Amino acid sequence: MSVVRIYVPNDAAAVACGADRVAHAFADAFAARGTLVDIVRNGSRGLFWLEPLVEVETPAGRVGYGPVKASDVEGLLAAGMLDGAPHPLCVGLVEEIPYLKRQTRLTFARCGIIDPLSLTDYRAHSGYKGLERALTLGPAAIVEEVFQSGLRGRGGAGFPTGIKWRTVAATQADQKYIVCNADEGDSGTFADRLIMEADPFCIIEGMTIAGIAVGATKGYVYCRSEYPLSILVMEKAIAKARQAGLLGKNIAGSSYDFDLEMRMGAGAYVCGEETALLDSLEGKRGVVRAKPPLPALKGLFGKPTVINNLISLATVPVILEKGGNFYRDFGMGRSRGTMPIQLAGNIKYGGLFETAFGISLGELVNDIGGGTASGRPVKAVQAGGPLGAYLPVSQFDTPFDYEAFAAKDALIGHGGIVVFDDTVDMAHMARFAMEFCAHESCGKCTPCRIGSTRGVETLDKIIAGQRREANLAILTDLCQTMKLGSLCALGGFTPYPVISALTHFPEDFGAAPKLPAAAE
Amino acid sequence: MPTAGYEPWSAERASQIIASHQHMAGATMPILHAIQEAFGFVPDPVVPMIAETLNLSRAEVYGVVTFYHDFRREPPGRHVIKLCAAEACQAMGCQGLADYAEEKLGIQMGETTPDGRVTLEPIYCLGLCACAPSALIDGRLVGRLDRDTIDELVAEAGR
Ligand SMILES: Cc1cc2nc3c(=O)[nH]c(=O)nc-3n(C[C@H](O)[C@H](O)[C@H](O)COP(=O)(O)O)c2cc1C
Ligand code: SF4
Ligand code: FES
Repeated sequence: MSVVRIYVPNDAAAVACGADRVAHAFADAFAARGTLVDIVRNGSRGLFWLEPLVEVETPAGRVGYGPVKASDVEGLLAAGMLDGAPHPLCVGLVEEIPYLKRQTRLTFARCGIIDPLSLTDYRAHSGYKGLERALTLGPAAIVEEVFQSGLRGRGGAGFPTGIKWRTVAATQADQKYIVCNADEGDSGTFADRLIMEADPFCIIEGMTIAGIAVGATKGYVYCRSEYPLSILVMEKAIAKARQAGLLGKNIAGSSYDFDLEMRMGAGAYVCGEETALLDSLEGKRGVVRAKPPLPALKGLFGKPTVINNLISLATVPVILEKGGNFYRDFGMGRSRGTMPIQLAGNIKYGGLFETAFGISLGELVNDIGGGTASGRPVKAVQAGGPLGAYLPVSQFDTPFDYEAFAAKDALIGHGGIVVFDDTVDMAHMARFAMEFCAHESCGKCTPCRIGSTRGVETLDKIIAGQRREANLAILTDLCQTMKLGSLCALGGFTPYPVISALTHFPEDFGAAPKLPAAAE
Repeated sequence: MPTAGYEPWSAERASQIIASHQHMAGATMPILHAIQEAFGFVPDPVVPMIAETLNLSRAEVYGVVTFYHDFRREPPGRHVIKLCAAEACQAMGCQGLADYAEEKLGIQMGETTPDGRVTLEPIYCLGLCACAPSALIDGRLVGRLDRDTIDELVAEAGR
């Protein structure tokens, strides 16, 4: 009667490390034995060094084994894995793994726990409680609740979500839109991907609440093409929600209508920029639009549009369920709530770590991330994606907070942290930043379009040791021009990685190493 | 020469694809994706067809095709290997792997082997940055990439 249940993640990273093969191996092994076992393809918990992490439901809780290879399956079963027995790959009760236990999971609370495509599972874990409360509150009070929560856009700029929603709510129009920005182009970030694959209904619920709040009846999720699995899971979830009356006409029996569509990008980083994204959705080249007008007033197809990052929208259900004040009580200063920090690159324990703002960078990299995967000393971390600064170890005391990072000429961005060991050549990384900008520029403005290519050339000269001082002066001037003269943050922020590399690691550019300042 | 897994070019089939998407708001991108999925690339004759159906200028459609890195105007090799070249993968040595793959295949990034077997391309982040370096091979995700994996891939592609 009671069928054993095991979980094998259907998460892109887990799959990339062999999860599908593992699931098949288990299915074959059970078929051969005639054992009845329910194999659930859950999402990831975000502990990627353990992926594929297979979990078994036992009376004591879920016991984990990882990283499991298909060739481990027979041995695991022989050892008594279905009863949670010990084995070299056993990591014990998953909930008790310190990496997970130290987190405060609000937005990612269900990730890895539930079957991503089961509405029953979703509801059993507080799913749709936020919408339920939203329906009793009504539009104006929903907007106020989100405003009270202090939620700032998690896509990078950190603009207060409540204010954005207020603007769209107050604008009269025959049609309004909710657009979910799931472009997630930054290297080192995978939070959007993880949640799409682990808890897609949460995004649907958040967008539905947004639609009710501002009077929008149609939404789009714009996901990058590099995430084929995410798109598949989201599409299935949207179909299920529609079937259950949670999308379409009269949502959950209310008087509100809201429907959703998935759209796919085509490999352009700049389409993560909100106005370029809107142009792309309209079927055009992803060229950045000048603001004003704000998308809140004149957005998709010229109509008032809420465009939010996926994490911002996925955080709305818990805010509505537990209240804006509950959410605001986490964090520090003007950075409220929790942030899914993504530890990546050359790091021992890479993964997703959701925690209240305020934790220090060093704690993240060394205590939680365990330092480098290579075992060599950490040299630099890039925070906030390709447009974010490189921080040296001497700045590891910086708390994870929008303002504290800004004070160091750095960005939090989408919460990605990429660790490099001492073999990295920072002049090469600075050159890469310029090259990436040149590759991805939408071409609308000169400092970015031309400046980035000149930046690559100038860095090449510096690296080759040609007229070093003169070329460094040219580079610094060029960065200043890009910073001040670019229309969007692609051209405007590319100087951050370049200048930070130059400032903190001058020795990689052919200069004498920086002497440790007495005050440091 | 049609590539493995793709349909040979047919104007009739292209018309069907366009017709089945034309009702969508901002249909250009979904149409181009569907065309590329069917034929493996976006053949030039499709451009005026899309333009006419969506009441756009050819230049507009052409502009879209050329703006996005995903759309190809030439058929790819029978196997497509995309190696992540972004920062997190760089931190884990993707550059060395890319050099190794180039050497093994005798082509540069962005090229196809003369026998049309393999296309090698960079890609910027697959969201597998905590399992770097990573790759996308014929649509299959690969994490914790190493030289052995590349050897296997190249051998597979040779079959
Ligand atoms: C070049 C560039 C790329 C961007 N990429 C993304 C992205 O991938 N995802 C995202 O949510 N925001 C991205 N943004 C920020 C968006 O323009 C915008 O601020 C965000 O979608 C607003 O949502 P939020 O307020 O919820 O953060 C990017 C901005 C720029 C300039
Ligand atoms: S800064 Fe670059 S990407 Fe941004 S609008 Fe200008 S040209 Fe386009
Ligand atoms: S940087 Fe390579 S997968 Fe993200």
